[in-house]
Order: sequence, then C-alpha cells, then structure tokens
Amino acid sequence: MEDLFAARSQMALSLGFHIIFACIGMVMPFFMATSHYQYLKTGNPLYKDLTKAWSKGVAIFFVTGAVSGTMLSFELGLLWPKFMLHAGPIFGMPFSLEGTAFFIEAIALGFFLYGWGKFKPWFHWFTGVVVGISGLASGILVVAANGWMNSPTGFDFVNGEYLNIDPIQALFNDAWFSQSLHMTLAAFTATGFAVAGIHAYMMLKEKNIEFHRKAFRIALVFGGIAALLQPISGDISAKDIAVRQPAKLAAMEAHFETEKGASLIIGGIPDEEAKEVNYALKIPGALSFLAHGDFESEVIGLDQFPEENHPPVLVTHFAFQIMVGLGMVLMGLGLLFFFSNWKKKEWMKKDWFLRLFALATPLGFIAVEAGWTVTEVGRQPWIIYEILRTEDAVSPIPGIAYSFYLFTAIYVSLALVVTFLLIRQIKAVPSSLKGSGEMSSKSVISNS
Amino acid sequence: MLYVVIVFLGLSILLYILMGGADFGAGIVEMTSPAKIRDQVRRITYQTIGPIWEANHMWLIITIVILFVGFPAIYTMLSVHLHIPLVLMLIGIIGRGTAFVFRHYDAVKDDMQRIYNLVFTYSSFVTPLFLGLIFGATVSGNINPNAVNFYDSFIHPWFNFFSLSIGVFTVAICGFLAAVYLVGETEEFTLKPFLLKRSRMFMVAIVLAGGLVFLAAEVEGIALVSLLVQEPLTLSILLLATLALVFLWFQIEKGNRKSSRALSGFIVSAILIAFGYHYFPDIIITQSGENLSVFNSAAVGKPIETLAWALLIGSLFILPSLFYLLFSFQRSKVM
Ligand code: HDD
Ligand code: HEM
Ligand code: HEM
Repeated sequence: MEDLFAARSQMALSLGFHIIFACIGMVMPFFMATSHYQYLKTGNPLYKDLTKAWSKGVAIFFVTGAVSGTMLSFELGLLWPKFMLHAGPIFGMPFSLEGTAFFIEAIALGFFLYGWGKFKPWFHWFTGVVVGISGLASGILVVAANGWMNSPTGFDFVNGEYLNIDPIQALFNDAWFSQSLHMTLAAFTATGFAVAGIHAYMMLKEKNIEFHRKAFRIALVFGGIAALLQPISGDISAKDIAVRQPAKLAAMEAHFETEKGASLIIGGIPDEEAKEVNYALKIPGALSFLAHGDFESEVIGLDQFPEENHPPVLVTHFAFQIMVGLGMVLMGLGLLFFFSNWKKKEWMKKDWFLRLFALATPLGFIAVEAGWTVTEVGRQPWIIYEILRTEDAVSPIPGIAYSFYLFTAIYVSLALVVTFLLIRQIKAVPSSLKGSGEMSSKSVISNS
Repeated sequence: MLYVVIVFLGLSILLYILMGGADFGAGIVEMTSPAKIRDQVRRITYQTIGPIWEANHMWLIITIVILFVGFPAIYTMLSVHLHIPLVLMLIGIIGRGTAFVFRHYDAVKDDMQRIYNLVFTYSSFVTPLFLGLIFGATVSGNINPNAVNFYDSFIHPWFNFFSLSIGVFTVAICGFLAAVYLVGETEEFTLKPFLLKRSRMFMVAIVLAGGLVFLAAEVEGIALVSLLVQEPLTLSILLLATLALVFLWFQIEKGNRKSSRALSGFIVSAILIAFGYHYFPDIIITQSGENLSVFNSAAVGKPIETLAWALLIGSLFILPSLFYLLFSFQRSKVM
C-alpha cells in the first residue's frame, strides 16, 4: 500500500472511529441530566435507575472516546508533520481552548460517575450538566479547527510562508459556524435515534416496558427535534460551500459542467472519465436554487478547475446522497414520533412503530460518517484548502501501511469489545430492576 | 508571554509524570504483587484512582497541544523521528485506559476479567517505559534530521542504551509513586505491609535505575556526570532528592500518609526539575548540534500570546475544580 494512501486511510479510520464516541460523549450527558432531573423532581425511582444504567454505558464509551482522541492528537503529527508544522500555531487556538473543555469534562465526569450519595443531589446533577456542556463546547471547537482546513484564514500566505498569524481570526473562519451547527445537530440526531432504537428493541422484547418507554421518549425528544432542524442546517452548509468551496459542491452533486439553471441530480453513477452521470433523476433548476436560492443562477462545475485539483467525485457524490437520504428518513421518523405523541398515543405501543425505530438505530451514525466523508474527501487534494496539498504534508517515514494495519486491528477489536460490553450492560438492566428503585447489589457497589 | 507558555509546558509534563505516573504505577504494583493479594490491590487501585484517572491523563493532552501550537518544530521533529516509540506508547495508553474501565464496568464478571487484567498490567508497564524512552531520546543527541537511511532516521534516535535506561528509570518512578500513594489508602493488615515492602523495593529500583542512567550516559559518551559537576544547582537538587529518599525510607512506616506522599512527590519533582534545568532551554538535542530549544522553535507572534491567555484563563477553571475533585475523593479513606 502506498504511504500517502495508507496515511489517509489511517486518518479516516481513526476519525471515523472517534466521532462515534465523541457524539455519544457530547449528547448522552444531556439525556442523563434530563432523566436525573425527572428523578429529583418526581422521585420516581425508575428515573434514577435509568440515569445509572445510562451512566454505565457512557463510562465505557467515554474511555474509548478519550483514548481514541488522545491517539488523534498525536496522529496529526505522526501522519501529517508538514501540515502541523505550519497549521499548528494557526488553528491551534480551538485546540488549546478545547483542552480546557476536555479537562473540565473529565473532572466533572469524575464527580458525576462516582458522586452518587456523596454530594448534595443538585450539585451532583449539575456536574452531569457540566459534562454535557463542556463536551459540546469541545466538539464545536474541534469542528471549527476542521473548518479552518476547509476555509483557511487568519494569516498571509506569501511565497510559501505563513505570516501575520491571527489565531482568533482563524478560529472564526468562514466555515466554523455552518459546520459546528450541523455537527452539533448531527450528534443529537445520531445519538438520539441510536438510543431510542435500542430501547424500542427492548420494548419489543417486552422487558421492563415502563423503564424503556421513559428512555425512548427522552432520547427521541432530543433526537427528533434535531432531525427536524438538520435539513435546514444542511441547506445553510450547502449554500456556504457553493461560495467557499465550489469544487466540493460540484463533486457532491456530480456537477461536471458550469451552467445556469443547473439541475439537481438524485442517485445515478458518476463517470469521472466521461464526465457524466448515468441513470440519475434530474430536477431542472433545483441545484441552482439550492446553492444560490435562485433557479436561474449559475453553478460552477468541475470544468472550472484543473484536473489535478478535482476531488474524487464518486465517493463524495455517493456519500452526499446517503447523508441526505438518511436525513430525510430521520426527519420523517421525527415527524412520526411527534405526531403520535400529539394525536395517536396508542401507536407508541404498536409493534410496527417500535420496529421502525429499532431498525433506525444505526441510521444517524451512518449519516454522520457519510457527512464527514463529504466534507473531508470533498476537500481533496487539499489538506489546507488551496494552500497545502495532502500529498505534500504526509510523513516521510516509510511503511505507514503497517501502522494502518495495526490500528485497524486495534480499532476493530475495541469496537467488538465495546459492543460486547454494551450488550452485557443492556442485558443486565432489566433483570436487576424489580421496580424497587435500586439496582442489584452488585451495581450499587460499583457506583459507590 | 513566551515564559508563561514555557512554565505551563514544564508544569504539565511534571503533573503528567506525577499523576499519570502514579496511575501507571498502580498497574505496575499490581503486576508485581503476589496472586493472593492481587484482588485487594485491584480494589484499592480502583477506589483511589477511579474518579480521577481521566483527569490525570489530560496533562498529556495539554502537553501535546502546547507543543503543536507553541513549538511546532519540536512537535513535528518528535513525530517524525520518534514515530515508532510514540505509536507503541499510544497503544499502551489505549490498552491501559480501556482495560481499566472495561474490567470495572463489565456487567458480568467472568474470564474476560483475566484478559482485562493482563492488558491493564502490561500496558501500565509498557507505556511509561516508552514515555521515558522518548524523553531519553530527545536529549540523547541521536536525533539526526539529515539522516538518509531508515535506521539512523527512525530507529537509532530512540533505540540506544541511554534512552532505554531513562525508560527503565521512568518505570521505577511510576511504581514508586503508586506504592507510596497506595500505602496511605489502606489499613488492611495483609495489604499494608506488602505495600510498604513494595515502596521500599521501588526506592531501591530508583537508585539502581538512576545509576544505570549515569552508566549509560558514560557508555554512550553523553557528558552527564561531568556537566552535572559543573552545575552546583542541579547537583544540589539531585542530592536533596537523594536525601529525601533516604529519609522517606525510614519514615514511611511511622509517618502519616500526607508527609509520605509529599516527600515522594518532592523527590520526583526534584529529579525532573534538575534534569529540566540541566537541559534548559533545549528540548531536542540533535546530532548536528543544531538543537531545538523553547526559544528558537517557538511560534512567532500572536499564537504564543493567545496560547498563553488560553492557558491562563483555562487554568482559572481547571485548577479549582481539579483540587476540589482530588479533595472530595481523598476524604473517604477506604478499608
Ligand atoms: C445525522 C447526521 C446528518 C444528517 C441527517 C445530515 N447531515 Fe449533513 N453532515 C453531517 C451529518 C448529517 C456531518 C457528519 O455532521 C457533517 C460532516 C462535517 C460537518 O460539519 O457536518 C455533514 C456535512 C454536510 C455538508 C458539508 C459541509 C462542509 O463541508 O462544510 C453539507 C453540504 C451537508 N452536510 C448537507 C446536508 C443536507 C442538505 C442534509 C439534508 C437532510 C444533511 N446534510 C443531513
Ligand atoms: C471526527 C469526524 C471526522 C471524520 C469522520 C473525518 C474523516 C476524514 C476522512 C474520511 C479523511 C480522509 C480523506 C481523504 O484523504 O480522502 C480525513 C482526512 C483528514 N482529516 Fe478529517 N474527519 C473528521 C474531523 C476532522 C477534524 C476535526 C480534523 C482536524 C481538526 C480533521 C483533520 C483531518 C486531516 C489532517 C486529514 C488528513 C489530510 C487529508 O486527507 O486531507 N478531521 N478525515
Ligand atoms: C468532529 C470531530 C471531533 C469531535 C466532535 C470531537 C469531540 C470529542 C469529545 C466530545 C470528546 C470527549 C470524550 C468523549 O466524550 O468520549 C473527545 C475526546 C477527545 N478528542 Fe475529540 N473530537 C473530534 C475530533 C478530534 C480530533 C481531530 C482530535 C485531535 C486532534 C480530538 C482530540 C480528542 C482528545 C485528545 C480527547 C480526549 C479528551 C478526554 O480525555 O476527555 N478529537 N472528542
């Protein structure tokens, strides 16, 4: 395997792995805080059990997120030293703030996980909220750093040198807002539907229905709202890209030729050689409308860029279609949930309803991975857009392929163990709950 | 403002060695404990470091972020030439953190525990070994930016007697910190004498490994001894640390846990400060003598300033809550 390709694959693998845990780490604290709040308000012990059950799962996810994140902060240099040499000081601002956010998160997590019965209830609750807020803050910051790679600002690029660096301007680059907003919503959508799906599945198996119903509802209120907002925020992102990264937009849409009144392509197989898309559904004018809010406006195609600066069209286009398709499905499910909550409460108990949500468990996360593929592959061949090429940034060390194989093995095993542990946790929950409000003695010990 | 950043860099390295080091040490103590009390060791380890381990390891992240924002040349030089030991250390970090949490949160306690324990203890040993090795490599003078072949570029910088000896020394320090810390956590009549014995064993290990470092320096032609003699300050800090070690040897049995911990912390800090002072301001000693120092490789202009402010403001939030965390979980002495 060629070194550059190995390095790209290893980066993609590590980030694709980390993002799952990052999403859960950002969002689950809010679910737990909600359930914890309900417990403190109503005194219903089921909510306490739910909070504790969730927090055990979260501890497992959290450590995996933390170690894979630590890995990433080294990997940026291990794989892309020439990128970090220049980019470090410029886009480091969000990372140094993020360090603070992570630290607060880790501290608050210690209080939250080990604080049962040790602190005043509302202080304990508050530490859980702090975990969530600092997790969100760190997510937003790190995405802002990624935004800088897409839309570099805050320095003057003169003769290959990076001068007059302004880290604050780099932090508030043109992409930070649209990307952070979209990513935050995505984390809520993905985690919300995944958690709801698991609890829907447990209800189908008719175990501890009341417990799972409460969990299902909390997760879907968050996830559903986010899913409804997601397409709106996606539209903001698309309009943004049309201006700042037209090549990415063109690759997403498999839009080869610049034209006025460009049509939106749905599905289809792009042929990069022949520069056309086969078997696609075309909606005239729609792309112009989506990109610029006007059916007649001109949309720049790949023909405006030299061949060596084209992002891979096939991957970007497919990934985009998957994300948008799933976005529509999740939005529909969100609407269904709110509708049944409003008018048709009895649907919530129907098998078809639960089955639908159980099936949707992985969809949000698939959309997240697809979305990141769009953003990152669509930026190629640039690591810093129009400044530094990815191939010029890769580490000189030979044999990166071996490190890629090694980390693939590690991540695969970690993923398997985490899944295995999660299944065990889920199985342990219903049997240990007798509606008494206390978990089995074993779990009480482990939380004290 | 550069000095603020330098102080934070030194501080995060020190705190990572002290707190993260004690964490790794707990695994090393577990590894060296006889089978019949290993369960007890495991239990008090969990109770003592469970709530704080995640925070302890954040110091490493802070160190790395300071390096890549403030001193990108150092960060990239390390990443390129020490790629291999860094990867091995990372594997250790991954294994240790996950095994530690997994073994506790696995809802069923079965044979998987054996695997978690194995991964936990071995990675607790391997990680500080490579961490020390990396430290050693930066000052061993074997990093050669102009090397042309694979061995000189990517292997020799860290695979040498001196780096290895620092690795061993770091392992000894971690074990020592943990053993002394854990002594104060128990009154159990089987466990306490064992931990006392271990504390002393690691004190001996530190002295031996320290000797090994000087020996290795001589063998590799690194002028450590002769230079130390010319630096009275460094030498006196090291002597002070040695005195403290002797004192701790006799005092640990009757002394209270606060003073033992303070002493062990002092000893390790003194060693680190002595070496830091000895090499300051250089971070990476290269073969050609064009060393990378915190001055010549610092980012120019605003990045250092904003980094310093970020660190200062960040510590306003972090330090009080960290102290409160340590304090809260310190009070409850476990049996
Ligand atoms: C639950 C996940 C999810 C869902 C349902 C959607 N997205 Fe998305 N999308 C993401 C998750 C995501 C993401 C993983 O979070 C990305 C990657 C980078 C980013 O900022 O967000 C992303 C990126 C991303 C980008 C590229 C942004 C950039 O490179 O700056 C665009 C244009 C869209 N999305 C558009 C949409 C549209 C029009 C959707 C309509 C339904 C949509 N997304 C649904
Ligand atoms: C966690 C969510 C993310 C995912 C899933 C993700 C995904 C990917 C993928 C698939 C690639 C490979 C692209 C290719 O080479 O074709 C990549 C490359 C890269 N990403 Fe991301 N990315 C994420 C976030 C980030 C963030 C936040 C940063 C930095 C702040 C970042 C930095 C990089 C770098 C440096 C590369 C390698 C250079 C390149 O290929 O352009 N990524 N990422
Ligand atoms: C879109 C991309 C990313 C998001 C949203 C994100 C978010 C998060 C979150 C919320 C955590 C907290 C731990 C957890 O919840 O499991 C975390 C952990 C971590 N992330 Fe990421 N991250 C992203 C990419 C990156 C990248 C590119 C890096 C490295 C440069 C990184 C470095 C870290 C580190 C060091 C930790 C460990 C912190 C701890 O111990 O709590 N992350 N990440």
